[in-house]
Amino acid sequence: MDGIHDMGGRHGFGPVTREADEPAFHERWEARVFAVMRAAFAHGAIRNADQFRHAIERIDPAAYLTHGYYGRWLGGVETLLREAGVVDEPGIRACIARLGGDPGAAAAARPDPRADAVSYDPAAPGSRRDVSDAPRFHSGVRVRTASFPVPGHTRLPAYARNRTGTVTACHGAWVFPDSNAHGRGERPQHLYTVAFSGEALWGEHAEPAVTVSLDLFESYLQEAPHEP
Amino acid sequence: MSRDQAIRAEALESLLIERGWLAADAVDEVIATFNERLGPMNGARVVARAWLDPAFKQRLLADGTAAIAELGFGGEQTEKLVVVENTEQVHNVVVCTLCSCYPWAVLGLPPRWYKDPAYRSRVVREPRRVLGEMGVELGPATRVRVWDSSAEVRYMVLPRRPAGTEDLDESELAARVTRDAMIGVEVL
Repeated sequence: MDGIHDMGGRHGFGPVTREADEPAFHERWEARVFAVMRAAFAHGAIRNADQFRHAIERIDPAAYLTHGYYGRWLGGVETLLREAGVVDEPGIRACIARLGGDPGAAAAARPDPRADAVSYDPAAPGSRRDVSDAPRFHSGVRVRTASFPVPGHTRLPAYARNRTGTVTACHGAWVFPDSNAHGRGERPQHLYTVAFSGEALWGEHAEPAVTVSLDLFESYLQEAPHEP
Repeated sequence: MSRDQAIRAEALESLLIERGWLAADAVDEVIATFNERLGPMNGARVVARAWLDPAFKQRLLADGTAAIAELGFGGEQTEKLVVVENTEQVHNVVVCTLCSCYPWAVLGLPPRWYKDPAYRSRVVREPRRVLGEMGVELGPATRVRVWDSSAEVRYMVLPRRPAGTEDLDESELAARVTRDAMIGVEVL
């Protein structure tokens, strides 16, 4: 989906601000969100990381920019807990009131009654899978990425669409996030590292001597037409 | 804003504790794990070993996941770890533009700036400028390689060993390695 999460190449966000001696968690609530996420995974309200990533992509876009990383996770995990019927908005509000908070405060979560449920557990630990079909591409092959956005979860960022690059590594077959996030099966396919020159991505405005590499699934790629 | 999120997180935590999904000490365990067990100190040990042991470095660059297992590291977000080496000719830098993918087993949880929009949006478009602003000055002959972690492969940078460290042992070397150098936004 063309959501706010797809940030590569966007203008206007200003300088990178670093913090000295940054702790793993700045506040206890961030670790609470982490623990809630783990519990939701352990008990099946989140079935896989692709579903969770997509839930974060579906939160309120203004909250995505302003609530910080664990605020985004909070929105994502609450979305899935509510869609699974584990918690509901009145229950959360009542609990917030008991804890002395503002039950009317805006939530990042955006549960969608039409959202795709995931009804299966991973077929095996991790995301790497064995497949019988041979990889379509090998290192050194020039490939062109898909041109158009897809409405759901995908791992082809917008900035790398409709671009030509070179395969530099083949990683075997991996669970396909675009289907797995939506409960449409793991459908593992071959994964490749594809290197793009700065010029291929940004044209005349590219910085010199820059290569950007992405890990892209086979169905995102076509063999590139030969250049004259 | 942050107080609203803090209370909402606490509410979800208590609802899941009531349901029996979450132990009361789960949050303390999460905090202890990322303070004590999973952090950049792990990656720093890997880097120090690679600087001292050329055979280990070769194995690390060939198969990161297998090599870090020799030091007892693995699991958490490193099903396939690729280690990329900085040289005089090449400077590597790692990002995840779509979310915030990061090799937890060797670097712990990512810092805020890695997850924030400024870094994620800019480092693929103008890496030299971003690196310059972060204190990494690169000559025009040095190629910049940006690794956007768009699938489950995770990346870690093997920084160049600083001059004047010939007499240091492994733990002294590890103490010189920073998280930012292993992401690629610092030169040691």
